[in-house]
Amino acid sequence: MAEKQSRTSGGKTTKSRKNAKPSVLITGISGRFGRLLARRLHRNNRVSGVDMRTYAGFPKDVVVHNLDLRKKRCDDLFRTEHFDAVYHMGIIHDPRINPQEHRDFNINGTLRILNSCRKYGVKKLVVLSTAAVYGPNPNNPVFLSEDAPLMAGLKYPLIRDLIELDMTVQSFFWKNRQMDTVLLRPVSVVGPDLNNTPSRYLRMKRAPTVMGFDPMVQIIHQDDMLTAMELALKPGISGIFNIAGPSAAPLSVLIREAGGTTIPIPNPLSKIVLKKAHQWGFSDFPAPELDYSRFICTVDDRRAREVLGFTPQYSVKQTLRDLNRSLL
Amino acid sequence: MEQEQTRETKDKNNPPAGLLEDLQEWWNDHFDRPFSEVASALPTQLNEFGYDPFGFQPQVVKYALYVTSWLYKYYFRVELQGAANIPEGRAMLISNHSGQIPIDGVMIATGILLEGNPPRAVRSMVERWAQVLPFINVFFNRVGQILGTPENARALLEMDEALLVFPEGTRGINKLWWDRYKLQDFGLGFMRLALETRSPIVPIAVVGAEEQIPTFYNLKKIAGLLKMPALPVTPFHPWLPGVGMMPLPTKYRIWIGQPMEFDGDPEDEDSVIQVKVNAVKQQIQEMLTYGVKTRKSVFF
Repeated sequence: MAEKQSRTSGGKTTKSRKNAKPSVLITGISGRFGRLLARRLHRNNRVSGVDMRTYAGFPKDVVVHNLDLRKKRCDDLFRTEHFDAVYHMGIIHDPRINPQEHRDFNINGTLRILNSCRKYGVKKLVVLSTAAVYGPNPNNPVFLSEDAPLMAGLKYPLIRDLIELDMTVQSFFWKNRQMDTVLLRPVSVVGPDLNNTPSRYLRMKRAPTVMGFDPMVQIIHQDDMLTAMELALKPGISGIFNIAGPSAAPLSVLIREAGGTTIPIPNPLSKIVLKKAHQWGFSDFPAPELDYSRFICTVDDRRAREVLGFTPQYSVKQTLRDLNRSLL
Repeated sequence: MEQEQTRETKDKNNPPAGLLEDLQEWWNDHFDRPFSEVASALPTQLNEFGYDPFGFQPQVVKYALYVTSWLYKYYFRVELQGAANIPEGRAMLISNHSGQIPIDGVMIATGILLEGNPPRAVRSMVERWAQVLPFINVFFNRVGQILGTPENARALLEMDEALLVFPEGTRGINKLWWDRYKLQDFGLGFMRLALETRSPIVPIAVVGAEEQIPTFYNLKKIAGLLKMPALPVTPFHPWLPGVGMMPLPTKYRIWIGQPMEFDGDPEDEDSVIQVKVNAVKQQIQEMLTYGVKTRKSVFF
């Protein structure tokens, strides 16, 4: 069988388990956040990665396998490498991809990873979900705790995948208490190296908003998020954690502080415009998700502060200033 | 350069300096307490932009205060007794509710800012439907209103804020002319919350608001069809469109009672909680009856 060549630069694939550094697998490592995580972890861990996309700029001691999570080859990897911890970030949230492929990759990919973790006795699994699963709602309490229902799926079809994934990991957590499963639900992660929707939106010089609405929004700096993910590696830590930045601020304040101006558009009009723009390919932002700029979806990160020991280092102002630096 | 930028953004939020100076002058002519002292009544948790987690921005309250304090002093000519009874730290202010539009809450909050010692920002809870109205939802949040859910109330009290609650709810505010000064049923939720967060309860009686819009009938079915909370029939409403719901300039008398402390299990049986709720209700009813008996007239 002509398999794709695994790119093994630097150290040999390790058989010697005596090596002091724990071995960590990152799925979705070639994504922008995956690359940052690999960079953060590779000094203290032996980092391997799985991704279908290729990227050449990894540190020398990071081993990347170009393969599909859903394939048997990925399971084989678990058998030969004996990972101590797995970061599962091989999750797509991209409205441009056909919904069936989207769903198949997210759900089946995750199930395969969970299965392999159980089969080969991985001690720690960290899954990156998102606080968007709670969904924006005018009736949301200001501090959504980890027990709050995941309501985003009612109106926002693409997030349904992420909710199902979140739920799958939750039930896995309860069924497999012998291993530490950590489910992180961060608010919008923004940073100079990220190109996700919140980062792009806050970089806009003229950012459209919904007229007459200005919800409190939470953001977190990419470096703080990396710290939270690193903390999740600590033995004994398990469960669900909301991860948030230092404080929430109104959307318009964030836009202005990032150096942009708001363009308020009346709600019915903005829905139509966005729908058309999405159809014609000008915008990759799905219209129903406009509600995220109308209603609150702010979380309570008390558990992360107390149990995980996580405190954000970047103030909201610093985060936004950093975001703009990337433009220069 | 960065500093310049922030100054620019700040200027955008402020009205022109001339207007602000005129308002300040007007304030100094008409009120004893310096405006700066009132404005210092900040909540305990403000972030780097001057907002609390609920979206409260004391900066905005300052501007609203010019309007509400005019109403307080010259329209409703409020007399407030017992401002010293407001404790420091977390507290639940429990009041009767009346008058079709919730001016009673605004007057209580203004009174505690103007005469409280120290002045405090009083927070209260709004109905769910207010959150979907454009502009109004933002305004409510900026002046410190929170969405009325138990989680929000608990979080606010844990931040050591003063929370104003009307346990009569819509039963109170929409009551008819012949029910005035008769307290409607109190919900039990506020007492469970007070027990859980160990917050003292401050009973408040508002005399005068119950006559501001005399109502003879509530067209509930039509209100339901129009998705309105109520549709009162008064001597002026709905006959005079636009001005029919103008409150009459009745004289407000606000009585603030001694804080009441309660102990017990917040998960107790309804009957046990009801006893405690009745104690608060009785206290407010007594203050109301006394207030009505001792006043000279509805308007003076």
